[in-house]
Amino acid sequence: MTDPFLVHHTADPTADTSLPDPHQDTFSKTVLGFWCYLMTDCLLFATLFITYAVLHNNTFGGPSSKELFDLSTAFLETMILLASSVTCGFALIAAVKGNNRNILFWLAITFLLGLSFIILEIDEFRHFVSEGHSWTTSAFLSAFFTLVGTHGLHVTFGLLWMGVMFAQVYWQGVTIDTFRRLVLFSLFWHFLDLIWIFIFTFVYLLGVI
Amino acid sequence: MSELSLKQMKKEWHGNLHSYLIGFIISLILTTSAFALVITKALPDQTLIGIIVFLALVQAILQLFFFLHVGQEADPKWETLIFCLMIVILLIIAIGSLWIMYDLNERMMDKNMTEMMMEHD
Repeated sequence: MTDPFLVHHTADPTADTSLPDPHQDTFSKTVLGFWCYLMTDCLLFATLFITYAVLHNNTFGGPSSKELFDLSTAFLETMILLASSVTCGFALIAAVKGNNRNILFWLAITFLLGLSFIILEIDEFRHFVSEGHSWTTSAFLSAFFTLVGTHGLHVTFGLLWMGVMFAQVYWQGVTIDTFRRLVLFSLFWHFLDLIWIFIFTFVYLLGVI
Repeated sequence: MSELSLKQMKKEWHGNLHSYLIGFIISLILTTSAFALVITKALPDQTLIGIIVFLALVQAILQLFFFLHVGQEADPKWETLIFCLMIVILLIIAIGSLWIMYDLNERMMDKNMTEMMMEHD
């Protein structure tokens, strides 16, 4: 054991092997893998945020963020998404208690809140485009539609996922598989709420100051 | 390798009603106060920007803790480690890009500005 290379590759002799490694089961590994995806997604959003920060003054004769943004809509969207984040948590708490009807109830509420968020966002986009301020107008608007649109796309896929989870919980109840998927979905949904806080602050609030 | 039972899985999930309600109420207060500050324009612009960015960061950290349960998993904390690595990469991308782009912006002044400065000399 005096060879330093050998020491490096020898398992810790004092390690407690009476307990299983807490991260060797399917649940922990899947959650860890999904967490890796979320972190890379966070980097994707970071690059989109930076692009927006660099380009947001390049309005090319089009409207600036100050002239364009309606803060009250953005605030309403923020509140809706925050509420849906919490109702999603309530669905998970119901799942831990094994109360299927409550899971379905809170999932449905979360779905409706998410849907109203998307409808508000699409309405805002349609309003901008109908006034002639589409993503082709300026670098600022290209960056804006890409950043907010990517978030909206994530929310849309979240809604799809929620529909699938609703059906699985309805027919299968809380099993090892559905519970794991519910946990992953809650991570995804809370993550989207977190990204939206930054969109609300850096795009909308700072855009009108 | 041992698989977890449903009961053990439920123990691995760290959310509870208490943490969700605390996270929700604090987020509500922080978002509303940031919105109110911008709407009323009660402060000078630079101070306002600083406060709003600060409020967003506080809210993000609270949500990471109360909703995403960062740092609450069993040892060894791989998820927290990956999260910290992501933050490092994020900061490198963010600070590096902003630095380069603003520096380029300053060097690439348009012709009129350059002429004006030359006349000045």
